[in-house]
Amino acid sequence: MTDARLSNPAQAADAIVRATPRLARTVSGLSDRMVAWLFIAPTMLLLLAINIFPLIWAIGLSFTNYRANRPNEAIDNVGLRNYERILTDPDIWIAMQTTAHFVFWTIALQTLIGFSLAYLIDRKFRGHAFWTTIILVPMMLSPAVVGNFWRFLYEPQIGLFAYAVSFVARIPPTEVAMLSNVSLAPWSIIIVDTWMWTPYVMLICLAGLRSIPDYIYEAAEVDRASPWRQFWSITLPMALPFIMLAILFRGIENFKMFDMVNLLTGGGPGSTTEVASITLKREAFEKWRTGYSSAFAIILFVAVFGLANIYVKALNRVKQR
Amino acid sequence: MSLTTAHSVVAPTPISKRIAAVFVIAYALVSIVPLLWIFATSFKTPPDSIAYPPKVIFEPSVEGYCNLFTTRTRQTREYIDSLPAATTFCDEVTRKRNMVIAGPSNFLPRFINSLVIAFGSTFCAVFLGTLTAYGFSRFKVPLADDLLFFILSTRMMPPIAVAIPIYLMYRELGLSDSALGMILLYTAVNVSLAVWLLKGFIDEIPREYEEAAMIDGYSRLQSFFKVVLPQAATGIAATAIFCLIFAWNEYAFASLLTSGEAQTAPPFIPQIIGEGGQDWPAVAAGTTVFLVPILVFTILLRKQLLRGITFGAVRK
Repeated sequence: MTDARLSNPAQAADAIVRATPRLARTVSGLSDRMVAWLFIAPTMLLLLAINIFPLIWAIGLSFTNYRANRPNEAIDNVGLRNYERILTDPDIWIAMQTTAHFVFWTIALQTLIGFSLAYLIDRKFRGHAFWTTIILVPMMLSPAVVGNFWRFLYEPQIGLFAYAVSFVARIPPTEVAMLSNVSLAPWSIIIVDTWMWTPYVMLICLAGLRSIPDYIYEAAEVDRASPWRQFWSITLPMALPFIMLAILFRGIENFKMFDMVNLLTGGGPGSTTEVASITLKREAFEKWRTGYSSAFAIILFVAVFGLANIYVKALNRVKQR
Repeated sequence: MSLTTAHSVVAPTPISKRIAAVFVIAYALVSIVPLLWIFATSFKTPPDSIAYPPKVIFEPSVEGYCNLFTTRTRQTREYIDSLPAATTFCDEVTRKRNMVIAGPSNFLPRFINSLVIAFGSTFCAVFLGTLTAYGFSRFKVPLADDLLFFILSTRMMPPIAVAIPIYLMYRELGLSDSALGMILLYTAVNVSLAVWLLKGFIDEIPREYEEAAMIDGYSRLQSFFKVVLPQAATGIAATAIFCLIFAWNEYAFASLLTSGEAQTAPPFIPQIIGEGGQDWPAVAAGTTVFLVPILVFTILLRKQLLRGITFGAVRK
């Protein structure tokens, strides 16, 4: 039944082709091309409408002082002044530093723990498949919904996390105010992100480790290379492209980080956890400085895009080795 | 030294296996605790949930679930006593707290919004993605690599940066806070994943199958529908689940572009409050209800997970 419905357009096309067999043969090359465009065009049109058109609009707005909450006010063209102000604004640079701090530590921890876990799982102990699945669960869940629940775990006194820390470190639980303490708040986000995304890095590293053929290790054994030596000259270099791929994906994702920070700290206390996305949201949807925030959005996009491009080139070079 | 590993040069020794098992299992157990805690909290009473030290053993209660699905008003004892006997279980639980159920909460409509938007956008993204992936896989498309990179790059943009012009555009078009607007947006975001994943799956189907079918008199479209689609069914299903999970979990766009009518569950759940602050058992109940479908899908997807999270870059 469903088959008949699915092939309806096909049958229609077929009927036309059969009606004119000679023509069909002569245009068969062309019809393939038609099919190709027919298949690709809708996606491209959708992306143009939902991604590219708004992007161009944002570029246009970034040269104005437009405010979305006052649509009837006259729009002034301010030229490059928005960009100038963003690049010289110390607050923006602090937000970029906060973002960099966050990206650096999450990636460092996730790579270290993720790779170690992958290495251990690759010992193929009994039941490793089951435990791997258990470890993978957090990464599939909604960062917003689960991140929100961490607020409860972090609550001093009543939260499980605060309680566990105070129990282990033997300090009063009221001192473990993860979300309201200026020096702890950035770490509260790093911990949740690491908890959530270490499995992601682990899974990719595991694929890397499993891609190394056994005969290389056998040859190394024959040459009496020590396990230490084997790790540094075989395991790590051969898994490196995979590790870098994981870092690339995590880096892009965490540069854009919004949901978890917004729910855990909302950028506070003060602006200690205000990453770039939070600044952008405040400018665009709280202060309604649409033109200014558009300019900031363009700068962020160029930054992600540029960094990712450089990184992909490095990745390809590693792969070719 | 070589004697101990004489039986097999590369297989890990039993001792190293055991040590590895200890560390991995320890990590797995610790990392699952927050999820178990969500589940446990959803069955606690509000006083139990904020007890110090945190209660591991407690009497299970469905108050959290009752509070999740209802709104309540505080009443005097006399008024409650004058009411006819409680008819439902939740009525009884609520009255013990000197409250009366005033009506249903917004959770159910928000949950239904999540379902409609996630399934709608997944259907569109997989439909478009399958066609486009086939186009790129089988035909010589000019600038194919650039177009594919363009499709992927749309996903690199920070959601807030995309949300600013989308917000203005939807305001002009009357799509603000509408399910249709969210479906369109999620389709655009997901289609890049769908194209990349499905291109990998379709690349793996030998061209010879279609060529044979075409020699037998099938047209290009017929061979696509009758030969390629059935072969790609597993890949299409896996892709659909990945798109579904993304749309289901998405928060940034949903929190900025929807507020009432079309709001999905992720921005709604953090806003569940009771008297005097966040009603944690109700939040936990909402979180549990929201997470269960994803848990099921994750277990189903186990084998395809790697491929999905790397946009098809790593296959196994």
